[in-house]
Amino acid sequence: MTDFEDLEIGHEADIGSHTFTAEEIIAFARRWDPQPFHIDPEAAARSLLGGLCASGWHTACVWMRLNVEYGKRLAAEALAAGRQPPRFGPSPGISNLKWPRPVYVGDTISYRWRISGKRPLATRPQWGLVEHEALGVNQNGQPVLSFEGKFFMGRRLS
Amino acid sequence: MTDHPAKRLAFEDFTTGETVVFHTVTVSAADIVDFATDWDPQPMHLDEEAGRASPLGGLAASGWHMICLIMRGMCDGFLLNSTSQGSPGVDEVNWLKPLKPGDTLTIRYTVLDTRISRSRPHIGLVHFLFEAINQRGETVATIRNPIMFARRDTAEATP
Repeated sequence: MTDFEDLEIGHEADIGSHTFTAEEIIAFARRWDPQPFHIDPEAAARSLLGGLCASGWHTACVWMRLNVEYGKRLAAEALAAGRQPPRFGPSPGISNLKWPRPVYVGDTISYRWRISGKRPLATRPQWGLVEHEALGVNQNGQPVLSFEGKFFMGRRLS
Repeated sequence: MTDHPAKRLAFEDFTTGETVVFHTVTVSAADIVDFATDWDPQPMHLDEEAGRASPLGGLAASGWHMICLIMRGMCDGFLLNSTSQGSPGVDEVNWLKPLKPGDTLTIRYTVLDTRISRSRPHIGLVHFLFEAINQRGETVATIRNPIMFARRDTAEATP
């Protein structure tokens, strides 16, 4: 996968996994989402969530970081093979994001994405728009995160 | 009862159609780079020149950073003084304009809909539209999502 033109709809990638510790859950939440069930184990036990669990945005941010690291691995492979690395641009948005289950302390989440669509952009001929589905699954095979996203990707320059 | 629910925002305090400004925040280049280093280390979020070469036109915040700024603003602005029970998901996030160093966001919500949960009648769902607007009056990001709140008459049964 080097350019927009090479992307195949249906292509899937495992982008890595991450184990959530209490320290990390609390550190993220103190900065960005300091609700009691993300920073206080006792309050969390009394909440609907039933125990200390990661902010939903924390589980999504880990997806993003692993996604960027995966993109960097693809770029390094392309360079090593003497090809131009892929160019990734910004995203106009995401939709249909679901947190079907909490991510509790000690959970290991495996993340992946799947390409679901693509189209060239008439207004920006150097870029195409790629649609993807993102997924995070815990160690018991239960989904904890899913969303649909879009991002710009460089088209082959002629 | 360990606290006074009447002092906290409960499900009943949200009215369909109301718009409330609840937070403002200014971001620096260092804020943008710090967030991107942790969660979205793409060159356009780390470096002015790489940003200029991208469709963002200069160093600009990660979209996830914009979401986190809105989330933190929600917490400080009203959620921490509420009966919030979290959120099952988000219908839509739109990243409409780049967020650049020195920009100040004014963040507001509009209540789109409220309804009591059928399966958990002590909980109500409030559907919000959150909008972050920069100092030029441009909408930079929007989030549409439901948040669960305990109802006032049952709030003493939940934390």
